[in-house]
Amino acid sequence: MLPELSRDEILRYSRHLLIPEVGLEGQRKLKNSSALIIGTGGLGSPVSLYLAAAGIGRIGLVDYDVVDSSNLQRQVIHGTSTVGKLKVESARAKLLDLNPEIQIDVYNEPYTSENALRIAKDYDIILDGTDNFPTRYLTNDVAVFLGKPNVYASIYRFDGQVSVFYAKEGPCYRCLFPEPPPPGLVPSCAEGGVLGVLPGTIGTIQATEALKVLLGIGEPLIGRLLLYNALDMSFDFVKLKKNPKCRVCGPNADIKELIDYEEFCGVPSHDHDEESAGAGWDITVQELAERVKTNHLKLVDVREPHELEISRIPNATNIPLGQLAARLSELDSADDMVLFCKSGARSTRALELLTSAGFKKVKNLKGGINAWAREVDTSLPIY
Amino acid sequence: MPVLRIPTPLRAYTNGQSDVNVNGVNISDALTDLTTQYPALKPHLFNEGGDLRPFVNLFVGENNIKDLQGVNTPIKDGEKIMLIPSIAGG
Repeated sequence: MLPELSRDEILRYSRHLLIPEVGLEGQRKLKNSSALIIGTGGLGSPVSLYLAAAGIGRIGLVDYDVVDSSNLQRQVIHGTSTVGKLKVESARAKLLDLNPEIQIDVYNEPYTSENALRIAKDYDIILDGTDNFPTRYLTNDVAVFLGKPNVYASIYRFDGQVSVFYAKEGPCYRCLFPEPPPPGLVPSCAEGGVLGVLPGTIGTIQATEALKVLLGIGEPLIGRLLLYNALDMSFDFVKLKKNPKCRVCGPNADIKELIDYEEFCGVPSHDHDEESAGAGWDITVQELAERVKTNHLKLVDVREPHELEISRIPNATNIPLGQLAARLSELDSADDMVLFCKSGARSTRALELLTSAGFKKVKNLKGGINAWAREVDTSLPIY
Repeated sequence: MPVLRIPTPLRAYTNGQSDVNVNGVNISDALTDLTTQYPALKPHLFNEGGDLRPFVNLFVGENNIKDLQGVNTPIKDGEKIMLIPSIAGG
């Protein structure tokens, strides 16, 4: 039995009730349905706002982060007044203000192999709005094991992808991406940036797909992947097929339970840009500040040229990471060298590249120029 | 000639080019031509043994080459080849 709508709800949802594909019965279906949103960030913002406005009866939010002012360029569910507060609480207040008729359940905890099945089991649909590979594989596997649709979206700079992975009716995320890329190969948004409106475009498409699946209308993106590019303003679609060798949803699947996803992906399950090159390879900003006074050091800034306009360390040579392999001849392996970037991720990659090319006297500046700006030259901005 | 669409994360290795014209009658030729034009792309597409990395998805038109003939999938003049990246941002 579907729940009835109150007089207030009939007025609130009148524009839905006027559409024959939704109507009174569809709106009652939405009231009776539940959606779990993994991540309350760039994608989670529009997704949760529109699903709440649409009248999904129960929305679950999973996130353990707090609102940071660098989030507000795109995470429009949060605000200046909620900086420093828990994201799930900031989001819950906004959603209940938008629609007090619905229930918001919050999970202020990382989504992990230990809690994911328990959290997800009572929801009708799962929306993947996370920001890292381990949680994406976890979200997929949970959806496959519980037999639920996983509305997938991901973003980077100007690119977005959306699909509905529903192993009962089509391929899953692992059918397309059986393995994650090697650590460091694909930059995160914290490292590479993202156009603020991009998660708005992609998240609203993601919310649209969730509503279609819950209402049972239209042609959801099952077996299709949408590829969006904001610069070209292009929408491309490709066909996805079930992979007969898929390790979670194929006929000979050998992954039958949740695994250690951080180990599988080789990266931590949060969007990170602070990286360490490991024992012996790092130099701290304090050490560097001392050493530049006495020693000759070759400083190599591996950031993109446009980042130099934000902050720079004097006398550093700029060779962007993407050009480093081709410009090795500009460096002398006899020099004592310190590599740096924004926070340490790209310089760690650069260090790996240089050491594999035979450079031995090379160090990574731990925490990058942002750490330098925090602790040594506080006149520099942090970004 | 066929056109290969480069996704944003890999454009750092193609001097920012989004579409690269490639020569060849099949995907294998096209990738050889692509990595000859842009050698820095090679480690991102192929492993040390010279095989296409498992997370690299190539589509000819709407179809994944894994569902066609893999790197032997024929390509025609003017055909669009898409390299679909694994991205994780949210």
